[in-house]
Amino acid sequence: MSGASLYLGLGVLLWLLGLHGLLRLRHPLRRIMAINLMGSGTFMVMVALASRSGHNDPVLQALVVTGLVVAVSATAFALRLAVAHQAHRSRQRPTGEHEE
Amino acid sequence: MPATELLLDITLGVLLLILAGAALHGTRLYTGIISFIAFGLLLALVWARLGAPDLALAEAAIGAGLTGVLLLSALGRHADEPAQPGSAVRTLATLLLGVLVLILLLRAVLPLAQGPQPLPALVNSQLEASGVSHPVTAVLLNFRAWDTLLELLVLLLAVLGVRQLQPAGRPRPGVWPLLQAWSRILAPLSVIIGGYLLWRGSHAPGGAFQAGALLAAGVVMLRLAGLLPLLRWENGLLRLLVLVGVALFLTVAAAGAWFGAGWLNYPAHWSGALIVLIEVAATLSIAASLSLLVVGERQELGR
Amino acid sequence: MLGWLSNAALALGAFFFIAGTLGLLRFPDVYSRLHAVTKADTLGLGLVVLGLCLRAPSWRAVVMMLLVWLLVMASSTTACQLLARYQRERDQAEGGDQDARH
Repeated sequence: MSGASLYLGLGVLLWLLGLHGLLRLRHPLRRIMAINLMGSGTFMVMVALASRSGHNDPVLQALVVTGLVVAVSATAFALRLAVAHQAHRSRQRPTGEHEE
Repeated sequence: MPATELLLDITLGVLLLILAGAALHGTRLYTGIISFIAFGLLLALVWARLGAPDLALAEAAIGAGLTGVLLLSALGRHADEPAQPGSAVRTLATLLLGVLVLILLLRAVLPLAQGPQPLPALVNSQLEASGVSHPVTAVLLNFRAWDTLLELLVLLLAVLGVRQLQPAGRPRPGVWPLLQAWSRILAPLSVIIGGYLLWRGSHAPGGAFQAGALLAAGVVMLRLAGLLPLLRWENGLLRLLVLVGVALFLTVAAAGAWFGAGWLNYPAHWSGALIVLIEVAATLSIAASLSLLVVGERQELGR
Repeated sequence: MLGWLSNAALALGAFFFIAGTLGLLRFPDVYSRLHAVTKADTLGLGLVVLGLCLRAPSWRAVVMMLLVWLLVMASSTTACQLLARYQRERDQAEGGDQDARH
């Protein structure tokens, strides 16, 4: 088993782990981390494919560099949405129930 | 020699899986976030192993550094999670479904590794005409410049979206002199290394994204150490910096469409200079946008 | 000769890293954990850098590795100080609460 196919499998596993977290975990921060894990898995499949036959494929690598910046922008927006949602909910809830 | 390399790869893979599991299922949310940051750092190592130093640089600065700061600052504003009741039946069903999907995906993905790879040769044959000598930069800013333009637009959209949600300024914890002193040393270093990466990008791994991320990391650090004033969206200079990348890119593209060979088709003699110009503007824009995303605050309007 | 020296330094460095990690995992409170991890890892990193310098191909690589070592050492010192200080402030705040309650 060569390095490239090892990392292909690892990327698929990471993607699955992220999907599991996204579907089964409740806390928004955990879900955002899960989506990021899925992204990392996808990137790993792409980069492993880029290095499959010795010389590296610059097109796939450039796509992943672009993807990283898009991922961090989306994460920042999602985190801000989660925080705003949390603030909204704790404002709506009557005081006292908040501690439960 | 290949045996030791395989050993390293397997160790890295197992560590990554453990850290990813800890990020999702660590007992405390804080532990999970720290595991996620460590995951990002190890991922940078994997990119270097896979022969993608551009990615390793970007991942270390963006994936591990900036995402970590974002997650930790969101954690500060979040309540802790309630305990989740686990159900054995659900876990079993998830596991079963996971194995099935894994088998399907592996059957789909593994044959791809044997497929032909025509793109590197194609890029190398056209590299002379692109104006730069590093293939990844050539792809990013010439062959597939569309992607980069749209990516800058996505970044701009994210900044606008975060701005709409009115992040309220929070009181910063007390400032520690040692942190200030060390940030004063590190900040010029981040400018130097960012500039070096930008300059290097035309002929070796490096470029606008890595340089921008590094500059943003420097700004974030200075802000957290309390050495910079509030980064406000209303600041005109900051707005200009955020917009200059997209504006310049669009100008070049439109000028090409009207006077030259077409949308985003650079004239042959100018391509090198144009790419450097766009890269400088994009670096500034990326640095300003990422800093705003991470530590930007809106001034409280006396509510 | 140089190769053996370099191997010995690398092995010793790895040993100190493992010792520091054990301390991080097994020690009871934040201060002793910080103590273990910063002391042992600084020494371990120094030995690893020494071992790699001995087999470096050029002086340029040696200088770069030394610069990296300096940078990492200074950052870990700062981070350690920040963590210890944060913990002390928390301890003091908790102690204050308990005093008020008593």
